[in-house]
Amino acid sequence: MNIIIAGNGKVGLTLTRQLSAEGHDLTLIDLDSKRLGDTVEQYDVMGVEGNCASAPILRQAGVEKAELLIAATNMDEVNMLCCLTAHSLNPKLHTIARIRNPEYTDQIFEMRETFALSLAVNPERQAAVEIERLLKYPGFLRRDTFAKGRAEIVEVRVDGKSKLCNISLSEMLHSIIKTRVLVCAVLRSGTAMVPNGNFILREGDRIFVTAPTANLTTLLKDLGIITRRVRRVILCGGGRVSYYLTELLERDGIAVQIIEQNPQRCLELAALLPNASVIQGDCSSQEQLEAEGLGSCDALVTLTGIDEMNMIISLYGASRGVPQIITKLGRMENCQLADSLNLGSVICPRELCSNNIVRYVRAMQNQTGAAVSVHTIADGQAEAVEFQLDEGAIHCGEPLQNLRLKANVLVTSITHGAKATIPNGDSVFRKGDTVVVVTSGQGVLRQFNDIFA
Amino acid sequence: MNYKMMGRFLAQIVAVEAVFLLPALAISLGLGEWNAVRGFLISLAVMGIVCLILFASCRKAPGPFGAKEGLVCVSAGWIALSLLGALPFRFSGEIPRFIDALFEIVSGFTTTGASILPEVETISRGLLYWRSFSHWLGGMGVLVFLLAVAPAGGKGSGFTMHLLRAESPGPDVGKLVPKMRTTAMILYLIYIALTVLDILFLLAGGMPLFDAVCVAFGTAGTGGFAVRNDSIASYSPYLQNVCTVFMLLFGVNFSCYYLLLMRKFSSVFKDEELRLYLGIFLGSTLLVAWNIRGLYGSVADIFRHAAFQVSSIMTTTGFATTDFDLWPSFSKSILLMLMIVGACAGSTGGGLKCARVLLLLKSLRWNIHQVLHPRKVQVVRTNSRVVNETVLDNTAAYLAAYVIILLGSFIVLSLDGFSIETNLSAVLACFNNIGPGLDAVGPTCNYGAYGLASKLVLILDMLAGRLEIFPILVLFSGSTWRNS
Repeated sequence: MNIIIAGNGKVGLTLTRQLSAEGHDLTLIDLDSKRLGDTVEQYDVMGVEGNCASAPILRQAGVEKAELLIAATNMDEVNMLCCLTAHSLNPKLHTIARIRNPEYTDQIFEMRETFALSLAVNPERQAAVEIERLLKYPGFLRRDTFAKGRAEIVEVRVDGKSKLCNISLSEMLHSIIKTRVLVCAVLRSGTAMVPNGNFILREGDRIFVTAPTANLTTLLKDLGIITRRVRRVILCGGGRVSYYLTELLERDGIAVQIIEQNPQRCLELAALLPNASVIQGDCSSQEQLEAEGLGSCDALVTLTGIDEMNMIISLYGASRGVPQIITKLGRMENCQLADSLNLGSVICPRELCSNNIVRYVRAMQNQTGAAVSVHTIADGQAEAVEFQLDEGAIHCGEPLQNLRLKANVLVTSITHGAKATIPNGDSVFRKGDTVVVVTSGQGVLRQFNDIFA
Repeated sequence: MNYKMMGRFLAQIVAVEAVFLLPALAISLGLGEWNAVRGFLISLAVMGIVCLILFASCRKAPGPFGAKEGLVCVSAGWIALSLLGALPFRFSGEIPRFIDALFEIVSGFTTTGASILPEVETISRGLLYWRSFSHWLGGMGVLVFLLAVAPAGGKGSGFTMHLLRAESPGPDVGKLVPKMRTTAMILYLIYIALTVLDILFLLAGGMPLFDAVCVAFGTAGTGGFAVRNDSIASYSPYLQNVCTVFMLLFGVNFSCYYLLLMRKFSSVFKDEELRLYLGIFLGSTLLVAWNIRGLYGSVADIFRHAAFQVSSIMTTTGFATTDFDLWPSFSKSILLMLMIVGACAGSTGGGLKCARVLLLLKSLRWNIHQVLHPRKVQVVRTNSRVVNETVLDNTAAYLAAYVIILLGSFIVLSLDGFSIETNLSAVLACFNNIGPGLDAVGPTCNYGAYGLASKLVLILDMLAGRLEIFPILVLFSGSTWRNS
């Protein structure tokens, strides 16, 4: 597909990486020729230097022939104008804009038609939603939802006190966990592996478990993870994510304390969020954190703009025994580091946002059997791919044990109608099913039929 | 250095060359030229062995492939191509010395057209075809061909940009469309279409099929190997005019043709480089025609010869319809100047390229303005777009390297005892990929008289000229081979 990406920043770069790997024709527009040059060297894409909201530049980037425009510059207004201009040059064009300013969020939804937006993405808001989901089920480091929320892949860390420590997988599945789940990957010291029944879990392993969403509570109970309801949360940093997250958490009746350094921003937040307690102070200072009751809070979320700071505060929180910790990281590279540290769940807004856009692109392609969504798990070493089975799907109605799948491909759940199941040898694919597949192979699975050997 | 990845590229290049050797073999088989057949078969065997060894030893090629590897890969590829491509001449016994065979094929692949053969017509047809075909393959570039036919790379296929940049002439190489492979395919399709058109026009003028194909290859690659001793002189005026027009067409930036196909006519006609190129052609033709007015009978003849030679030298082809070594000095000086200017960037021609001349002139004007008005802020533009300063710096560096290599080669050549005019024009003609020079290397003479050292220098000059100097220079840089 012919795609224009306006803005070669963090999100733009992540998108370039993902979309060029999927074989799309990409044209990038950016003001900074140096940065543009670096990207063009690295990926098979074309670069156009200039202002993405100006018609001549858009024409030069081939807007007439493009099918999708993604505006991801650091200015909301430019993104909107860019989409508007591009759409008037090519009425058939799909447009995606990144809109981050909370003041625009509501109106953008209503004015999407006016601004000719097919989709407005908001990385910070998405991150907030993701964090809220994690706080609802404390104990899971990460949750990936499939089949319209009916099946999930959750990440659990095996720590020293866990029931799972030094136990083989078959033991775990037969005696500890009463409900049917599937361990699709284990991440041990930075390497992902697909385990078999004799695999012994060790301290520090992170396991990825597929389960129907309805069984998550049972799973938590069986694993012996105490699920206390989260009542009080400390947020470090008062950025946009904090604002969105506070709004969401207040709706759930959770008390929120925000520590923010900038007095001006504190005033703004206090005005916008009447129920939250906004504290002006340095969240990197341990006294400040203790003064806000770090030792007795249920969760700590570090959301400052500096990755290093977030990591340090999270480490301190972990050492003080905070039950749940969520760390925001701006650069995905730091996530590898995070694996060796006890940072709790790690959230990367940029990654979430570009995953969302990639999902939209895949849906647009709309080829038969194309993947509906793709989630990268296990630090990017494996992918969970969701397929919707249609007429083109082969091997429908044959039991799974008779089928030969590609190496490194694992069918982790089949959702038929409203019921998500973990497949066994007798399971069959039927038309209309939603199937989730985990793959650790190099090649991209584009179609459902690609999973067969 | 990622040797394995480079090995795999080399293996592919050799395989492509071996495949392209087959038509030449078929011609020799059909005509019963058994010496040439033997030469081709032995060469194919050698290529097969080299190819197998490279493939076998470089099967799993992972890891980074950066600008350095790209540059080295291109120059190593061209050297391998030349060394193996010279084998048929040597093994058939028609060019007994390997250095001569190498000179001949390097001259072919770099689209120079400088020959060491005194009598072309005594060479077997299969080898003549191979010689002319090397122009065609070298014109657009063998790596660009590989990019066009190779399966689309998945992750990290951006490195192919380094290959295109190293092999495509011009100061600022870009893609036509987002995908590398599509760009390479478009370039080759335009190239093939124009070549076929050229062959059809030549056939329509009554040229024999074999001659038409070989001359078209020589024109398309802006090479200059012909199949007759007197180059193009014995063909009819119509055929000579067809050659003039097509030489000129192949000297135009190929992205202009793409823009024409995209119906963006105005941006083609406003292209400053194209205007400069055509302007220089017209101006030089008029001046030369005025200068040689006494030598030929009719006005038509005067203009035919003037236009042909100007077009031939400027596009760095090197065909000749007349012995321009006998022309007055003024005309010869203009031709020498045209050798340096060369064709457009992004064409199959060589030389300094009109785009660089344009940039150099503009930055010269910029510098003069800067001296007169030190506080004036101004930028250099071409086609109403601001030119990046690194491009200007690179162009200046290119000119410096160009002059240094030119002078160095000139000194080495003067050891062989020919006249200054001979040596200077020989270096210019080889370095700019033209072919015939003046005096003892003029259109009716050849390079056979030079010694071993001079031939080696000229071979390197031809390669450096075709690959735009830097890929060859990095081979001699220590930091290329050191592992950082």
